[in-house]
Amino acid sequence: MLLEIRNLRRAFGAVVVADDIMLDVAEGEALGIIGPNGAGKSSLFNLIAGRLAPDAGTIRLDSTDITRMPARKRVHAGIGRSFQIPQPFEHMTTYENVSVAACFGAGGSERAEQAHVVDVLYRTGLLSKANLPAGALSLLERKRLEMARALATKPRLLLLDEIAGGLTDAECASLIATIREVNASGTTIVWIEHVTHALLAVVTRLVAIDFGKVIGEGDPQAVMESDAVRRVYLGIEA
Amino acid sequence: MIVLDTILQGVLLGGLYALFATGLSLIFGVMRLVNLAHGDFMVVGAFAVLIGVDALGLPILLAAVVAGVVMFGLGYLLQSLLLNRTLGKDILPPLLVTFGLSIILQNGMLEAFSADTQRLDFGALSSASVPLGGGLAVGVIPLMTFASAVLVILFLNWLFYRTELGRAFRATSDKPEIAQLMGIDNNRIFALAMALALVVVAIAGLYLGARATFDPLIGPSRLIFAFEAVIIGGLGSFWGTLAGGVILGLAQTVGAQISPEWQTLAGHVVFLVVLVLRPRGLFPRHVD
Repeated sequence: MLLEIRNLRRAFGAVVVADDIMLDVAEGEALGIIGPNGAGKSSLFNLIAGRLAPDAGTIRLDSTDITRMPARKRVHAGIGRSFQIPQPFEHMTTYENVSVAACFGAGGSERAEQAHVVDVLYRTGLLSKANLPAGALSLLERKRLEMARALATKPRLLLLDEIAGGLTDAECASLIATIREVNASGTTIVWIEHVTHALLAVVTRLVAIDFGKVIGEGDPQAVMESDAVRRVYLGIEA
Repeated sequence: MIVLDTILQGVLLGGLYALFATGLSLIFGVMRLVNLAHGDFMVVGAFAVLIGVDALGLPILLAAVVAGVVMFGLGYLLQSLLLNRTLGKDILPPLLVTFGLSIILQNGMLEAFSADTQRLDFGALSSASVPLGGGLAVGVIPLMTFASAVLVILFLNWLFYRTELGRAFRATSDKPEIAQLMGIDNNRIFALAMALALVVVAIAGLYLGARATFDPLIGPSRLIFAFEAVIIGGLGSFWGTLAGGVILGLAQTVGAQISPEWQTLAGHVVFLVVLVLRPRGLFPRHVD
């Protein structure tokens, strides 16, 4: 297993954002995570990426315990993430944003990483925006930049947080193609997404979360049609 | 001619103030830390050069290089062992700690060097000047000061906008938490920034001691000039800081022409006018 999460727990006062979560992600897998707003999806990413410390439980990456590892070392260990609300370095160009991630996240010199940076910009469709300040990018471009920066750190595990929201059908299709390609090149993907048709076009396994608890897991169609998920999303009493 | 001479002297004095201000601007830009001991570190820099000349018998420029290296190490250690612990959401701890540092440095230097006024001697260069014709002449030391300020700013701009370390400085300055998620070690970046700033401070100390006398207690008054230059120029831009220094220097020399007691006052008045009319300074880098 690439990622092993055991009995992970985190609460903010009375609000439990991770309630005894158990989750395994296999190397090369594409896993989807769904759940209503406030269910604890982004908090789970924050726990995995080291932005948030758990109250209890362990996280292992490739059998190494990373539960107490600082965020920047987890990047070096191979965890890359994108943010739901894009967080670019606004006063730097798109190229510089990706270059910083490549040099400090993947650990090479600027010269050594140059080809990699250009490749990432090409794959994420940002090459023509390379010299624009990131602050001048549109929302969609900012979302692509989130993925580009995460990819630039050469992650083994890529955490994508609601990257498809607000896209047109054509944009969504090209995003799906990009994510599939990243997955096919060997990068393990965990993707939180509300746009389920995009999610289901990529992932082979689905986890549903509500109130910090895993309420469904397995084959995507089966999870979508399960009573627990229907109850949460549609309020149906089954 | 006297007008032209005044302007020239004012611009060159501005080079000195830009050197005072650049380290302050660098530190504030990268880590939002206001270093109240900045002026005292300039005096430390001046004494470091003095030790190199008097105790080690080095030529003054070599002594300045040694002082620069020592200040680089001092800055790195100061930031990693002390100041990094004070950084956070609250802006008060770094202010209090650097204020305390200022007092410690002043009294430490008083103990070590006494309250005697000192001067850094450039030998024959001290009184050398370059004639410009028409009765105008500029001192070699003021010229070197200004040239050093321009070189320091050229170097810092190259570092910030053309190198990977510079991008890390800018990324950390913009969003420190996100920078860590790009694999950047913020504490190390801050330590390097402080180390660099203290090298600039050592250069400032060299010219501080060469252009006028200094003693262990003059730091705070020089800190005021540094602050004024940074604020007049606008935060976040090194060229703005140079412009701020030049404006302050001009104001002071023009003020001194009117009446000697107007020298410092005229600088403060210009600073206040800029603060009222353009609170973000004349050349702020970012509008945010």
